[in-house]
Amino acid sequence: MTNELDIFVGNTTLIDEDVYRLWLDGYSVSDAVARRVRSGILEQTGATAAVLQSDTMDHYRTFHMLERLLHAPPKLLHQLIFQIPPSRQALLIERYYAFDEAFVREVLGKKLSKGTKKDLDDISTKTGITLKSCRRQFDNFKRVFKVVEEMRGSLVDNIQQHFLLSDRLSRDYAAIVFFANNRFETGKKKLQYLSFGDFAFCAELMIQNWTLGAVDSQVDDMDVDLDKEFLQDLKELKVLVADKDLLDLHKSLVCTALRGKLSVFSEMEANFKPPASGAEDRTPRIPAPQNLSRGLVNVAAKLIHNKDVRDLFVDLIEKFVEPCRSDHWPLNDVRLFLNQYSASVHSLDGFRHQTLWDRYMGTLRGCLLRLYHD
Amino acid sequence: MPGKLKVKIVAGRHLPVMDRASDLTDAFVEVKFGNTTFKTDVYLKSLNPQWNSEWFKFEVDDEDLQDEPLQITVLDHDTYSANDAIGKVYIDIDPLLYSEAATVISGWFPIYDTIHGIRGEINVIVKVDLFNDLNRFRQSSCGVKFFCTTSIPKCYRAVIIHGFVEELVVNEDPEYQWIDRIRTPRASNEARQRLISLMSGELQRKIGLKVLEMRGNAVVGYLQCFDLEGESGLVVRAIGTACTLDKLSSPAAFLPACNSPSKEMKESPLVHPPSLGCRSTQNSPIHTATGSRLTQNFSVSVPTLIYTGMGSGSAGKEGGPFKALLRQQTQSALEQREFPFFTLTAFPPGFLVHVGGVVSARSVKLLDRIHNPDEPETRDAWWAEIRQEIKSHAKALGCHAVVGYSESTSICEEVCILSASGTAAVLNPRFLQDGTVEGCLEQRLEENLPVGCGFCHIPYDELNMPFPAHLTYCYNCRKQKVPDVLFTTIDLPTDAAVVGKGCLIQARLCRLKKKAQAEANATAISNLLPFMEYEVHTQLMNKLKLKGMNALFGLRIQITVGENMLMGLASATGVYLAALPTPGGIQIAGKTPNDGSYEQHISHMQKKINDTIAKNKELYEINPPEISEEVIGSPIPEPRQRSRLLRSQSESSDEVIELDLSHGKKDAFVLEIDDTDAMEDVHSLLTDVPPPSGFYSCNTEIMPGINNWTSEIQMFTSVRVIRLSSLNLTNQALNKNFNDLCENLLKSLYFKLRSMIPCCLCHVNFTVSLPEDELIQVTVTAVAITFDKNQALQTIKTHVEKSLQRASTDNEELLQFPLELCSDSLPPHPFPPAKEHLESASSNSGIPAAQRATSVDYSSFADRCSSWIELIKLKAQTIRRGSIKTTVTVEKASPVAEGNFRNRSAPPCANSTVGVVKMTPLSFIPGAKITKYLGIINMFFIRETTSLREEGGVSGFLHAFIAEVFAMVRAHVAALGGNAVVSYIMKQCVFMENPNKNQAQCLINVSGDAVVFVRESDLEVISTQQPTANCQPLCTGGEVTT
Repeated sequence: MTNELDIFVGNTTLIDEDVYRLWLDGYSVSDAVARRVRSGILEQTGATAAVLQSDTMDHYRTFHMLERLLHAPPKLLHQLIFQIPPSRQALLIERYYAFDEAFVREVLGKKLSKGTKKDLDDISTKTGITLKSCRRQFDNFKRVFKVVEEMRGSLVDNIQQHFLLSDRLSRDYAAIVFFANNRFETGKKKLQYLSFGDFAFCAELMIQNWTLGAVDSQVDDMDVDLDKEFLQDLKELKVLVADKDLLDLHKSLVCTALRGKLSVFSEMEANFKPPASGAEDRTPRIPAPQNLSRGLVNVAAKLIHNKDVRDLFVDLIEKFVEPCRSDHWPLNDVRLFLNQYSASVHSLDGFRHQTLWDRYMGTLRGCLLRLYHD
Repeated sequence: MPGKLKVKIVAGRHLPVMDRASDLTDAFVEVKFGNTTFKTDVYLKSLNPQWNSEWFKFEVDDEDLQDEPLQITVLDHDTYSANDAIGKVYIDIDPLLYSEAATVISGWFPIYDTIHGIRGEINVIVKVDLFNDLNRFRQSSCGVKFFCTTSIPKCYRAVIIHGFVEELVVNEDPEYQWIDRIRTPRASNEARQRLISLMSGELQRKIGLKVLEMRGNAVVGYLQCFDLEGESGLVVRAIGTACTLDKLSSPAAFLPACNSPSKEMKESPLVHPPSLGCRSTQNSPIHTATGSRLTQNFSVSVPTLIYTGMGSGSAGKEGGPFKALLRQQTQSALEQREFPFFTLTAFPPGFLVHVGGVVSARSVKLLDRIHNPDEPETRDAWWAEIRQEIKSHAKALGCHAVVGYSESTSICEEVCILSASGTAAVLNPRFLQDGTVEGCLEQRLEENLPVGCGFCHIPYDELNMPFPAHLTYCYNCRKQKVPDVLFTTIDLPTDAAVVGKGCLIQARLCRLKKKAQAEANATAISNLLPFMEYEVHTQLMNKLKLKGMNALFGLRIQITVGENMLMGLASATGVYLAALPTPGGIQIAGKTPNDGSYEQHISHMQKKINDTIAKNKELYEINPPEISEEVIGSPIPEPRQRSRLLRSQSESSDEVIELDLSHGKKDAFVLEIDDTDAMEDVHSLLTDVPPPSGFYSCNTEIMPGINNWTSEIQMFTSVRVIRLSSLNLTNQALNKNFNDLCENLLKSLYFKLRSMIPCCLCHVNFTVSLPEDELIQVTVTAVAITFDKNQALQTIKTHVEKSLQRASTDNEELLQFPLELCSDSLPPHPFPPAKEHLESASSNSGIPAAQRATSVDYSSFADRCSSWIELIKLKAQTIRRGSIKTTVTVEKASPVAEGNFRNRSAPPCANSTVGVVKMTPLSFIPGAKITKYLGIINMFFIRETTSLREEGGVSGFLHAFIAEVFAMVRAHVAALGGNAVVSYIMKQCVFMENPNKNQAQCLINVSGDAVVFVRESDLEVISTQQPTANCQPLCTGGEVTT
């Protein structure tokens, strides 16, 4: 006796959250059944394995049918075939578009192309996430990217409107889209300690301040592409390190303000500009011309090149985070320093790019503080 | 002439991509009614076209309006080749034809294609302007309301219940026409869908005409079925109960002519004299009477006692003569009807006087080609025979009417089993005489209420029982005789006193049969039938005992015929009626008592059975109050002695008494194990697993013993098909497979719905079919309803509710419907057409008659019965289970007033979600009030695929199809302005597959009543006039109108 056909259809579509999770995680029916058995559900309910099998199959079938609709979530709301309460619809969508931290870290900043898709095998092996789940997550990224890529208006709003995601998840997707579009490098070894949350935080700041949308809300791609003009202008900041007087003035302003407030004052002072007094550089790991101010300004000046945009995070880590970290700056000192460092530029009489500086440094300060951890 | 149909095509959305190149579609719409077709413009390159068409106007006869569906076809325009069809929508405009229902149909309809399923949606507005036509000879019956609900619909009052209406129409099945060989599957499916839609429209119109003839205005309990007879044609038949209904809100109803002559009745409260009935065929197990002293009695309950007092007074004096008079009147009123049948299963209090028991008849027919669709006499005659038989069975039980009546068929190749069943009953003569006096009615109900146990009392003469039945005095009123077990096809009367909770009881049975052709096949089947009925009945009885219960409600026995087997599936809801005696236990007796190990085995089994009974009693809270000796008093001993005289106690049953003390009663039921089969039977008894805790199940409208429903409901359909291994199939293996199939299915349901605990599966409806040699298909539709565990314990309710009932008369008004049977208002021959048919059928010498002669006609049950009864007698000697007559099962129940159901005061429920359309097989929605009936939903769909694997195999295919059917039902309801379907039923789900060809086909037929409901919690807030207006937004809200 075999079950040739076995279905259950409710007027209200039954959604079992646990099974949905297993399905999203890409387990086959038999794996899912095995996992459910291990969860002790049989003992709780007195059901048999056959019942569990049939139930799992049913849910999988339903999810399979729903998947088409989940690709365009507004369709799920308007379709008539499955009667699902709104709260459940939201749950279905939210979970479907949720992603694994481990996965997103692998893909973040990569081009969402067929090539990357081919690498999913390796990612799956590396992260222990099933290939099926990897594909789903990758396809989600790509789908969202395609839809909002060339859209006008706020990136987060567009995502929210077209995919009906929660605010949190929409912001995450905005970060993913932003990273994918600008191809920021996130996979280098020295960036491994950063979480997706760190990048997402930076992405949000950059979207708010560095994109076209920051100045004009009526442009295509406004939240996705960086403001080229702005990047171009950033070169002007070079004067802060090129002009020796300006640099010294800047340094003294910062040092005066921070004296006694910083536990790592001497290191700060030493690192602020190229070691004119030479010997103080006790950190051999940091290359000679490396100092904090120059580093930050140089990063700005280079951003006009696409390649340097991609390496933004690598540069930030190398030029700022690592030196500070090697001197054991406490986070609070970093904050005090950056605040003072950005603010004191306003007192530099010879410096004409105050607005540009604020647009750059305001964002960078936020990013650096977020990136500065172990 | 009188009607103008107006249609506007507004927009489409989610259309499929029809042009691969552009990934878009150039869609336009054809609107067709009758022979007229209109077209919209082509809306280029869009998947969400906005046609916003003009109003297309069709001027049509109202006859056509009733018969024809509105047909909307969405197509993709193609300049160079033929336009491709995207899909269709059929809209039944019947609901627009009577004033109280919907006024406009407007909403999004799924565009359906029989090959691809749902492909997008279309927004349509439909209106009808109807001109009144007073032509007496008109062929239309616009304005007659149809209800699937098998009780008086909630917002109506029955002025008169006229009685049975039936009709059938036949046609050739397009699938079997020659043209089918050359047309596409899509064309063939569409031809079929359209034909069936037409036929059901015609059928409804014809039934409507009959109703008008009877001066009714509605059909309640309308049941329409399709018989796919294959080569020999397509039959659409329907039965229902004609009524004159009156909307409750309207203060003064129009009173039909018949209401006057009922004055004497007032003085004579109805009593139930022991002399009412005559005799009954009854399958009662053998009992010893001595035990009943120990059995519990329910008469302790206060209300019952009061009523008993009143009842006895009247009974003593004028009761006798009056009764006879009333009876005469009732009978004369009913005898004018050709068939005094009622498809209703629930009745207003006082309507049902006595219940005799289940009556059923089956007949095996050989199908022949329907040669002339306009003369469906053959089928008419077949059904007429069966109905006649039912009528005579009812008479034999001393009853003049049959309630809870239904008909069904099972077809395999050219053999067809026709079945009809119902519950023989005595109806209240007052209702027959008394047209309308509402004021009096209430009084009467009061008077009448005392007899809460009345319906259990036997309608037949105890001295004249043709079959041995064990009678005792009613445990409730102690005045009248009741049987020990009662089987019925109706719902539990609202005022019946019940102890504990009820439960679903099923008997399942398979019998192998040799493959045979034509007559030989029919003969083989009809020879098997009595055995099957007997065994089904025995199983039911055993399982009932095992549950410690004494009555079955909602009994439905389905016999399905296949190529090489017959299946029997009986479902019912077991209940402990307080008026009936406590059932005895089950006693096993071995055949070879000297064998030690064998005896050990037997005693082991016995212990298991005893344990199960004890467990069940606990589970279902069956603990009737013990009767004190004084209460028992005099009446009891007498019947006991008599039964001793009538029936000699066998030794074994005496032993039982000794052994069975644990149950506190001596009338145990003896199962003698004389062979392995019997052993299997006993084993199978014990394999039924009770539902997990927190779950209850029943197949009636409401679960006896639960009345605190909360608002969450989940209707579902589950289908399973198993393939039997064809190797050495035996009856036993088959039985086991079938039993496992049903049990596993139930287990799956319990598991799936576990999040709703505590909940009850109501109206559990199993359907078995045998699509192929080795396939068994079981389809279940039911609704799970949550209830509040912490509310009102059963025992408390019994008392509280009485007062509640009294107090809240207006509440009751809605649920308690005065029904009247009015003989005066009826033409002498309510069914002239039927009679003519009968006559012509018999006199007609044409082809049908000849064929009938050749076909084996087994419908006359009497012939079968004699041999059959002998057979039972034989068996009874060995098995000692008492005798049963297959066709006629007689039982009674006891009425103790306890109106649990009506007062189930659902707590304020969660706010309804916008746009949700609820579906339920029940006639009500817990925690809500139905404010409007919008019309009947009756839909037929065919779905076919030639890419079965790609659609997820058979399961994927059917899963999607059923989901689509639900969606289309919901969309139609929403477009009518409704927010629920009640009395929903999936009447047919015919599934055929051919995996080798990667093909499958499925036909589904569903029906129900579209309604508007308002949450009781909302009602409290809103003033009484608003609800109707208020619910419109509720229903349409979900529609995203663009």
